[in-house]
Amino acid sequence: MLTTERQCEMYRRMQRIRQFEESLIIRGTEGHLAIGQEAAIVGACMALNDNDYITGTHRSHGHPIGKGAALRPLMAEMLGKVTGICKGRGGSMHFADSTVGVISESAIVGGGIPLATGAALSITVLATDQVSLCFFGDGACNEGAFSEAINMAAIWNLPVIYFCENNHYAMTTSITQSHGQPDIAKRAEAFGVPGISVDGQNADAVYQVTAEAVSRARDGNGPTLIEAKTYRFEEHNEGLEVPTPYRSEAEINHYRTHCDPLVLYRDHLLKEGISEHQLLAITVEVATEVATAIKFADDSPFPDDSSLYDYMYSDPINYPN
Amino acid sequence: MQNANTKLTYKQAMTEAHKEEMLRDKRVIVMGEDIVLHGNSELIDMFPGKRIWNTPISENAFTGMAVGAAMTGLRPVVDLTVASFTYLASDQIINQASKLRFMTGGQMQIPVVFRCCMYYNLGMAAQHSDRPYSMFMNSPGLKILLPSTPANMKGLLKSAIRDDDPVLIFEDVNLWDQEEWVSTDPEVLIPIGEAEIKRQGTDITIVAIGATLNIVLEAAQVLDTQGISAEVIDPRTLVPLDTETLITSVKKTGRLIIVDNAHRTASIGSEIAAIIVEKAFKFLRAPIQRVTTPDVHVPYSPTLEALVYPKCSDILGTVNVLINY
Repeated sequence: MLTTERQCEMYRRMQRIRQFEESLIIRGTEGHLAIGQEAAIVGACMALNDNDYITGTHRSHGHPIGKGAALRPLMAEMLGKVTGICKGRGGSMHFADSTVGVISESAIVGGGIPLATGAALSITVLATDQVSLCFFGDGACNEGAFSEAINMAAIWNLPVIYFCENNHYAMTTSITQSHGQPDIAKRAEAFGVPGISVDGQNADAVYQVTAEAVSRARDGNGPTLIEAKTYRFEEHNEGLEVPTPYRSEAEINHYRTHCDPLVLYRDHLLKEGISEHQLLAITVEVATEVATAIKFADDSPFPDDSSLYDYMYSDPINYPN
Repeated sequence: MQNANTKLTYKQAMTEAHKEEMLRDKRVIVMGEDIVLHGNSELIDMFPGKRIWNTPISENAFTGMAVGAAMTGLRPVVDLTVASFTYLASDQIINQASKLRFMTGGQMQIPVVFRCCMYYNLGMAAQHSDRPYSMFMNSPGLKILLPSTPANMKGLLKSAIRDDDPVLIFEDVNLWDQEEWVSTDPEVLIPIGEAEIKRQGTDITIVAIGATLNIVLEAAQVLDTQGISAEVIDPRTLVPLDTETLITSVKKTGRLIIVDNAHRTASIGSEIAAIIVEKAFKFLRAPIQRVTTPDVHVPYSPTLEALVYPKCSDILGTVNVLINY
């Protein structure tokens, strides 16, 4: 079980994702928002150590924030500034942050699944006590990379956790239209690995199942597939106009009203005896962090034109630099 | 043993390069399908445990795993078995391996080698006979090597394994049994990005891509008897390309032919021709010519397959046209 201090940290990181992204909506900055999915992301990340690896998706802001990243370099990356975590070369869909173990976020759906599995191979060969966790969505489960990678993790007993944020829609395509078996956790059986389904709006529940999968991986007992059932509150990406609705207003309102992970976790913490004052203080501290990050990003310069060719090669030969 | 030479086939040179680099650096691992084949079985005996990974038939994922492993401390060598399997792996090679150093602002290094074996000219029909090196040249961020001799194979593969960027190295099955004296010194490397002038000449520059080197050298000998002095250059590395050596040669000879077993359109030959026109146009005394496989798939029938690859006589005919232009 999490200590009170860790529960407050969980709430803080969920607040960071929410407020970071709400600031983007206010500014009209385009991006794929994780609002609504914070408990799934942070619950999983809180079960990891700082040096454990993760890979993520095009909905990339939440993963490094969940893993504990500083907000300033992320906001600067959002604006394409040189102080960005990827020096302005990655942007909104690619918030890799090696300082917290986020080795990549792939905008090619499913692309990060083999990478995380390869990180687990490194851990096995180098005999460290790390694990690797791979975030991906329900849509990625239909990519070949998903099946191929889980199969190899199973045969080689690799220390990797496959963490599906099932928000029920791959862009505009519902899981019922695209998955022969919409219960994604059940797919695990086909590969001989444990598959667990969890309420992705319940941060403590997500933490619990992920912690168990992490222990299994660290103990040399191989991979686990976790399916966190969650919901994206905003459009696929800010600014996307969808002429024909693919999900009903009633459905969206239901999740927003009854399944907001921040509201649910706040109520839970109040019941656990954490004071309203403490939770408010966290919210206010995060608001200051986000405001500071925005100012830092706004004040930062764009990359110098002369740096166009930087970072292409470690050792450029016959190449402009 | 320093400075000693030993006679090695192209295939043995490949195995020796692996052995030396795996002994030198514990982070080097080898992975791929049916790893017991093609000279790798010695490696299995030498490196029991976690250095060799025999994979299921999952090119996309094991290629991506090698990239992920490279990002987290290993130096994987991926045996992609047949060059046309690179298409199944190309998402991970292009979208991840070639781009992640750039897209992460240099946070990630991707020291991974992809070995791509070309089985053409063996009656295996179009799906097993591709020579796809030029296709990957249009994706920056990769290094592309094409060893034409046992010494080049050993030296270039060793450089590839020590390089911190993703490298594709294209092996030619037609050269497997070719023998040459090769240094046994594990520190003898062939630098990436340096062409080799195989033969000095003054009348025409012939660029030999990969295994065409043998017929190009044969043609140069015949031309010599006709009083035509051909300079033969093996670029060895397609990316980065040693443009300076090529430009210097054409400035001297004023004539250029590029000989390539791959298809004609948007190829390394096209690229070299474009570079020479941009950088050395006024030195040209005749149009640049490409002697290549035409844009037709490799047929199964031996009589048809024999028609497609460049021959010594094609080179001689083209040289004569240019000399008399």
